Amino acid sequence: MVQLTLPKNSTLKNGKIWNSPEATGRWKEFRIYRWSPEDEQNPHIDTYWIDLDACGPMVLDALIKIKNEIDPTLTFRRSCREGICGSCAFNIGGTNTLACLNAIEDYEGAVTIYPLPHMEVVKDLVPDMTNFYAQHRSIQPWLQTQTPTPPTEWKQSREDREALDGLYECILCACCSTSCPSYWWNSDRYLGPAILLQAYRWIKDSRDEATGERLDNLEDPFRLYRCHTILNCTKACPKGLNPAKAIAELKKLMVERRV
Amino acid sequence: MANTNTSVGTKIKRPLSPHLQIYKPLINMVMSILHRITGAALYLGTVLLAWWLVAAASGPAEFRIASEFFGSTFGYLILFGYSWALIHHMLGGIRHFIWDTGRGLDIKTVDLLSWGTIVFSVALTLLVWFSVLVFG
Repeated sequence: MVQLTLPKNSTLKNGKIWNSPEATGRWKEFRIYRWSPEDEQNPHIDTYWIDLDACGPMVLDALIKIKNEIDPTLTFRRSCREGICGSCAFNIGGTNTLACLNAIEDYEGAVTIYPLPHMEVVKDLVPDMTNFYAQHRSIQPWLQTQTPTPPTEWKQSREDREALDGLYECILCACCSTSCPSYWWNSDRYLGPAILLQAYRWIKDSRDEATGERLDNLEDPFRLYRCHTILNCTKACPKGLNPAKAIAELKKLMVERRV
Repeated sequence: MANTNTSVGTKIKRPLSPHLQIYKPLINMVMSILHRITGAALYLGTVLLAWWLVAAASGPAEFRIASEFFGSTFGYLILFGYSWALIHHMLGGIRHFIWDTGRGLDIKTVDLLSWGTIVFSVALTLLVWFSVLVFG
């Protein structure tokens, strides 16, 4: 049975207000989810104020500034700061996205930052991605062939290569999967949009020769068919990809191979 | 929920990050939820329809009871809700049918189809009731 509410140990409390806006400057409020295994209490929302005149433009800039100047205990993942590593994926202002690709000024009022939804929290904004990566492994995301390896590279026509556009760019940030209510309720058995887009990426690859086995692996009431076309995934993708479209194409391939 | 070890070696329970509580109610998600709710409501409506048919087959006395119920203000309210649920769920079905063909999955069309479902379901329901009350 689906649990729509949060478990007792996960409900939110109001937390600490770390500083307040000063007379000069352009001050913006940040409300950030905090939880540490060491404090033995429920998660809470802490408030920080940042002077936008003394901060970089992106939400990630604000997070780094908070960590550097106000509260060094604030814990989050980040690396490339340019939308290619997928580390700084959070729920910002109610939707999942990358902190490095979104300008602070695009958010009205206080900027709320939560960890990716319906995930186990390791600390603060860091969710446990173990299941997500295990699901990625389960679709065997590598080239599989039967024909002997050619002396040079596996060749592709321009058209065959273009068929992978909109698929290969995925950075596995998990914004889409953790935006999906179906994934919230069934992440133990449903693969979720990110992994299904990857599955489709290998099925669509002209060089791959394991299409039948890949489709067999997805032919399951949960792994693929828990997708109910809610479409939060496509709206969430910070790279502008369309996981919902990839899943629809997978479902079509399932039907087509039967007729 | 998985347990994790702290530095002192005791097992602690990790919290689950908030989900429905904090996710912005995007129109596509709201329409998906409404599709579920209206689908469930149709079961109830079908029971009422079956009751009405059974009453009609049972005799004038039984049929009068059913007719009085459906003719009351409360009955009208139920029937209005049922007709909206039916129309909304039908339009939702058509929307999903379009998406199942792989079409209309860009964000702009998704929003158009989602808003279209709610606007047309209300408009069609009002049209049906207007027709019934005026010409029926």
